[in-house]
Amino acid sequence: MNVLYNEYSAILTFFAVAFLISLIILILSYILNPQQSDQEKVSAYECGFNPFDDARATFDVRFYLVAILFLIFDLEVSFLFPWSLVLGQLPSFGFWSMVAFLAILTLGFIYEWKKGALEWE
Amino acid sequence: MFYNIAINIIKVLTIIVPLLIAVAYMTLAERKVMAAMQRRKGPNVVGIFGLLQPLADGLKLFSKETILPSSANIFIFLAAPVLTFLLALLAWCVLPLDEGKVFSDLNIGVLYILAVSSLGVYGIITAGWSSNSKYAFLGALRSAAQMVSYEVSIGLILINILLCAGTLNLTQIVLAQQNMWYIIPLFPIFIMFYISILAETNRAPFDLPEAEAELVAGYNVEYSAMGFALFFLGEYANMILMCSLTTIFFFGGWLPLVNMLPFYWIPPVLWFGLKTTLLLFGFIWVRAAFPRYRYDQLMRLGWKIFLPLSLGWVLLVSGILFSFDWLP
Repeated sequence: MNVLYNEYSAILTFFAVAFLISLIILILSYILNPQQSDQEKVSAYECGFNPFDDARATFDVRFYLVAILFLIFDLEVSFLFPWSLVLGQLPSFGFWSMVAFLAILTLGFIYEWKKGALEWE
Repeated sequence: MFYNIAINIIKVLTIIVPLLIAVAYMTLAERKVMAAMQRRKGPNVVGIFGLLQPLADGLKLFSKETILPSSANIFIFLAAPVLTFLLALLAWCVLPLDEGKVFSDLNIGVLYILAVSSLGVYGIITAGWSSNSKYAFLGALRSAAQMVSYEVSIGLILINILLCAGTLNLTQIVLAQQNMWYIIPLFPIFIMFYISILAETNRAPFDLPEAEAELVAGYNVEYSAMGFALFFLGEYANMILMCSLTTIFFFGGWLPLVNMLPFYWIPPVLWFGLKTTLLLFGFIWVRAAFPRYRYDQLMRLGWKIFLPLSLGWVLLVSGILFSFDWLP
């Protein structure tokens, strides 16, 4: 029975209940109210104009750059998590190897800073 | 087995329902406090002191027509608010309000919170993309880039806490602060964390995604009725969550101010609520007091100041703890 009742299955219950609640709120509001849509109401909002063209046009590449940088640093954070928990049991080699890793990462950070990857205008 | 599941469902409701009431009254508190700071009265017509105002607002949103834009991808368009709301609720199941008063006492609680709050970006970016409106798209891009940038520094700040506490379990983290709250040794980190969670929850002065003067309302411009309400509820539930996390990480959770008699009488859950409310008041105060940041300033603060600083603090804290052999 412990398989069916531990911390993770409790989270699954929570997930199911929260999902149902949010779905029920949305659907009830849709069903209970009169829906009268017309052409003007359902067109995309664009300050009183009819929409000129599709909104999925090109956008600034820097958002993409931010996403890639985030990937690198977030990986590093998830690498630091286990290290920070067992640091007390590690010999000093464990500490210094992480310092070396962070130093290499900092070098990369300085490089991207100098390259102007973090500049916005 | 069914008995256990039924008990669990009731437990879930005892978390979600008070949370939704808290969110509702958080909006009232925000309007009241901001009104007081601007020497107005704020809502005071519906009920005594406007106490029924949140209910009236909720009912109004509930009785509105749901508009589905013709150019939108309907399925994703409808899934986005549900996802946002769901994720905002989901993080709450590992939050301890008192010793033992926790729905699911995960021993990887911090990791779980980090994972769930990271997923929040998906709700926003799918909302912006599926709306197929220029304002919504730009707002979602800005919001996603902002949340992602500050998540890095939040992650690095959490490493400091973990180094001091030596555990990922939120209850254990609070219990590790019995002698001294972490705000005292780690005060600069607390300041960075507080500013980062302001940016992470898209609050003023970092509310660029919603910049009403240029982007109308950002990613949720095409949403109406309950779709909008779910985003709104999710956003405020996230704010309360982030303040509760700050309480747990820096203010010793439910621990009293001083372990002495008059403070001992106040129940621990009330201590938790008091600290969280104080932090939420700070959120509102900041909104009333500060003008909005520019986007390039926001990114500069996130990447060029907070990232190197928090990385440096990780090295400093781990170095001090390691060399003095103070690690848990």
